[in-house]
Parts: sequence; structure tokens; C-alpha cells
Amino acid sequence: MKILVCISKVPDTTSKINFVDNNSKFDQNGVQYIVNPYDEWYALVRALELVESNGGTVTTITVGNSSDDPTIRKALAIGANDAVRINANPTDSYFVAKQIADYAANEDYDIIMTGKETIDYNGSQIGSMLSALLEMPFVSLASKLETEGSKAVLERDVQGGLEVVEVDFPFVLSASKGMAEQRIPNMRGIMAARTKPLKVIEPVEQKALTSVVKFELPNPKTGCKYVDPENMEELVELLHNESKVI
Amino acid sequence: MSVLVFVEIKDKLTKAVQETITYGKSLGNVTLLTYGDVSDSLLLETGNFGAEHVLICKSINERNEQLLSNLIINAVKKYNCEYIVLSQDQTGKAVGPRVAANLEAGHISGAISFPEKSDEFIVKTNVFSGKAIAFVSVHTPIKVISILPNSIPPKENKTTALITEINEDLGEARIKVKELKPLGDGIPLPEAELVVSAGRGLKGPENWGIVEELANSLGATTACSRPVADIGWRPHHEHVGQTGVAIRPNLYIAAGISGAIQHLAGVNGSKVIVVINTDPEAPFFKAADYGIIGDAFEVLPRLTSAINNFKSSQ
Ligand SMILES: Cc1cc2nc3c(=O)[nH]c(=O)nc-3n(C[C@H](O)[C@H](O)[C@H](O)COP(=O)(O)OP(=O)(O)OC[C@H]3O[C@@H](n4cnc5c(N)ncnc54)[C@H](O)[C@@H]3O)c2cc1C
Repeated sequence: MKILVCISKVPDTTSKINFVDNNSKFDQNGVQYIVNPYDEWYALVRALELVESNGGTVTTITVGNSSDDPTIRKALAIGANDAVRINANPTDSYFVAKQIADYAANEDYDIIMTGKETIDYNGSQIGSMLSALLEMPFVSLASKLETEGSKAVLERDVQGGLEVVEVDFPFVLSASKGMAEQRIPNMRGIMAARTKPLKVIEPVEQKALTSVVKFELPNPKTGCKYVDPENMEELVELLHNESKVI
Repeated sequence: MSVLVFVEIKDKLTKAVQETITYGKSLGNVTLLTYGDVSDSLLLETGNFGAEHVLICKSINERNEQLLSNLIINAVKKYNCEYIVLSQDQTGKAVGPRVAANLEAGHISGAISFPEKSDEFIVKTNVFSGKAIAFVSVHTPIKVISILPNSIPPKENKTTALITEINEDLGEARIKVKELKPLGDGIPLPEAELVVSAGRGLKGPENWGIVEELANSLGATTACSRPVADIGWRPHHEHVGQTGVAIRPNLYIAAGISGAIQHLAGVNGSKVIVVINTDPEAPFFKAADYGIIGDAFEVLPRLTSAINNFKSSQ
């Protein structure tokens, strides 16, 4: 079984979000980066479990520059066999999908996995775009994955419920919570990761179709109005007459 | 401008459907595309929000991203649409980017506003799990816009919808649906206007009755913090926050939740936040509109009966 897992780096969840250059760029100052939790906790770990029981390899792929290498090494420490980095600044999701699709088109992967979204841009786009570019079926928001030969059975999140679906290899999925449990890399994994292959390849030509012109921070709350815990009639009154939400 | 609005319709025009048509109407003449077994009367109702032409494909009877993408792309080509508008719900997430990539069109993922007044096409989206807003510009002639539920107020705009049934060869579905496990009839979290949520402060799953009773009397959807879902007190789909579901209801009531930064990230789009916590120093109070320093085990039932009294006096 040959699995490709898309890995991206994101600011640590406790990061202060600020912008520089006239609010046009994310302020990286002092920001710690982590592997996007959906890519790591769910997609990568499930991929590893599958090859542990069926044999095969897990390759990670990242579109980014050398500042992504520490997070790629983290994914290798958790257990991926090798990694590919496409040496480019990820300008928009179509650009990223195009780079990954171009690489994956010649590699015969059985399953291509992404996290359901990144926690920075929250786009939820790459998996769906990859499936278009590679002409593969796409199982979105998958929370369970079992394989049998060259077939997979998945559970996915749809409007109003969970759907059980069946699909033949190859296919693309986006992983959401439930797919696997987070794994903490051990010392042996961390040591081994240093020498695992990380192949750097050059990007294909592609213009960005969208761009961010500026960022803004939401208006902060103006202060909390405290209500006596004995007097919930007052709260109901406020919700009805002051904020008009009920 | 020719606009294709794609929606899923079950037994009524949900708010998400109304929002999507309203958004499309603001951009131009709306051709609405839907599928499955939908009654004519419901299809005609889409005219109330500005759908002039309704295309329905009855031969698709399950949600398949490949068939739906092909259906949308065929309609875009046939009607020369410049805009494709859909909801950023589970189906939208599966279909929107696929359509955009196929057409090599720029895609806005989770629009929260109408386009800015500008020479360029610029729309706001939430980024960093709601900790910031990005102004995204689309550079392609065809634009795909997925709008975040609860971001656009639906607006009536009466026209008479003309219904056309379409039947096309869309290829064979490569994903087979075996079974649907429904999650109940409640409004799904991302679309809910009222949400009652609880955290570790509730001490155990056996205590959720008081949370559900409040939700029932309000007509709200229930949610929870991450540890509560992780230890199995509540199902995963109720987990809200940065690594769970992001929500933007009108009212978010949080009981026994400390308000960690990762929790706030997914809920700070809520219009009004009510926090119930025994600890006056809980960080959540800084993000709250109304705070109640008190024991959830006493406050929740009291609030439920106050809501019930209020409802029966209406
Ligand atoms: C990478 C990462 C991602 C994360 N993503 C998420 C996420 O998406 N969503 C999320 O929720 N968390 C997330 N977390 C976890 C987050 O940091 C917090 O640990 C979590 O939100 C705390 O949950 P809690 O508020 O229910 O529990 P606690 O922090 O234990 O808080 C319990 C609260 O209940 C109060 N309390 C106790 N008894 C009562 C009572 N009787 N009445 C009223 N109040 C009472 C206490 O004062 C306390 O404030 C993430 C963490 C990491 C590291």
C-alpha cells in the first residue's frame, strides 16, 4: 500500500495573531510552528496504522521552503518513511494543489490524504482540488477508514449525519476527528527522522488565482456585563430586549 | 451577470439555502441548481429570494461530489455563468474546490461578506480559526464563492421561478454510499443560531440532562469542549473550537468551560456569548457579553425555567 499524506505547517494554537506591512502579512515574529493538527493527528497516524498492518509506505508531501523542514522532520519522527518538499512559497490553494497533483500523477499512490482543513487559512480546499486535478474520487471529512485489498470503507461527515461509503483505490480523502489518536514521537523516531530521505523538488509554473490583499483583527468585546446567578429572569430580559437574540 | 447558485433542498428552504440565494442575487441573475426528490412547491419558493430559473436534476439521488461537480460545470458552461455560489457546508467543502479546480477558477472558501466596493473582486473570509479576517481578491473571470453559514442575512426578493428538469449523462459514481447514520433532527452546529455548550465543569456525562433541557427549551443545538469529546462524554461532532467545528451562532451559552484560546478560536464569531463559570478568573469572561459567576448545576436549571416562563408569556 502506497500512501501520500499532505503536511503543512501552521502557527501553534496559542500564537498571538498579528500582521505587519500595512496589515498585508502575517507577523511571524516569535511564532512557533507545528504540523497542522488535522494532518498530523488524523491523516498521518491513520496512514501509519494502515501500513503497519498491511505493509507499504507512507510519504509526506509539503509545498514550502526550507523553514518547513522542522515540521516535516516531526512527521518523519512520528513514523513516515520519507518526505517530499516542493520548493516554493505556497501562494494560494490552487497553486499548492497543482504542485502536489503534478508530483503525485506519476507515483501510483493508492490513497492521498489531507487534513480536513489547516488551522491558519481554514480553506478545506486542497483535497477537493487534488481530486479534480488527478481525476480521482474524493471522500471529504472522513472520520473512519478501513481497507480490504484495493478497496476502502469510510465514514464521512455529511449534512445531517454520518455516511458509510465504499471506494476503490486510488482516491483522495480529507481526514477529520475520529480517524485516529494523536501519537507522540519517541526518541528512536526522532533520531531516525534525521536520516530519513527528504527530497526537495522544484515547482511547476502556476499563477495564483487568488490573493490576500489585507488582514484585519475582529473587534474586541467591549466588556462583560455580569448577571446575578439567582436572577436568570434578568438574563432572559437582556437576551430578549438588549441583544435581541431570543 | 449570470450567477449559478447550487443548493441542497430537503423538506424546507433552510436558512443556509436562503442565504446562498440571497448572496447570488446580489451578484446578478440567479440560475438555481439542485438535485434529488424536491417538490415543485419548494422549488417555486426559491423565487421568493430571487431565483429566476431553477434547474433540477432528479436522477441524482445521493450526494456524490463527482456527479455534482460535473452537473455544476455543465450548467456553468451552458449558461455562461461568471459566479458560482454555494454554501460552505459539508457538501460545499467537497464540491466547491473541485469545481473551481476543474474550471481553473479562483475559489473563496467561507465568505463572510458581500464583495467590497472596489475595482477588484474582494471578499472577506475568516482565517486563523476566527482570530482574524482576510480580504481575499479573486483574479479569474469565473469565481467560485462558498459562503459561511450564518454570515449573510437572507433577504426576500420576489420573482417567479421557472422550473426546468434536466437529465444529463454525468458519468458513473465511483463512490458507493452504503448507509446513512442520521445524527438526529436538530439543526447542525455550523448552521445553528442558538447553541448551548458545556465543558469539563459538568463533571460527567450523566450530568448533561440540564444542558439538554436548556437547549430544548431554547430550540438550541448542543456543543462541548474538546476534552469532553475526547474522553467520550459527548460525541465528536459536538466538539467546537480550533480543532473542532467552528460556529457563528447568534447566541452561544457556555457552562463549565474555561475559555482556552483554542476553544475561543472556534466560537468567537458568535454574536452574543453568555458564560457560566464558578471561577471569576476564568479567561472566558474576557470574551463574554454576559457573565454569570455561579455553579452550572444551579444556574442552568434556573435559566431553563426562566426561558420556559418567557416562552409561555409570549
Ligand atoms: C493543539 C490544541 C488544540 C485544541 N483544540 C481545542 C478545541 O478545538 N476546542 C476546545 O474546546 N479545546 C481545545 N483544546 C484544549 C484547550 O486548550 C482546553 O484544554 C479545553 O478547551 C478545556 O476544556 P474545558 O474548558 O471543558 O475544561 P477545563 O479547562 O478543565 O475547564 C473547566 C471549567 O469549568 C469550570 N467549572 C468547574 N465546575 C463548575 C461548575 N460546577 N459550574 C460552572 N463552572 C464550573 C472551571 O472553573 C473551569 O473554568 C486544544 C488544545 C491544543 C493543545
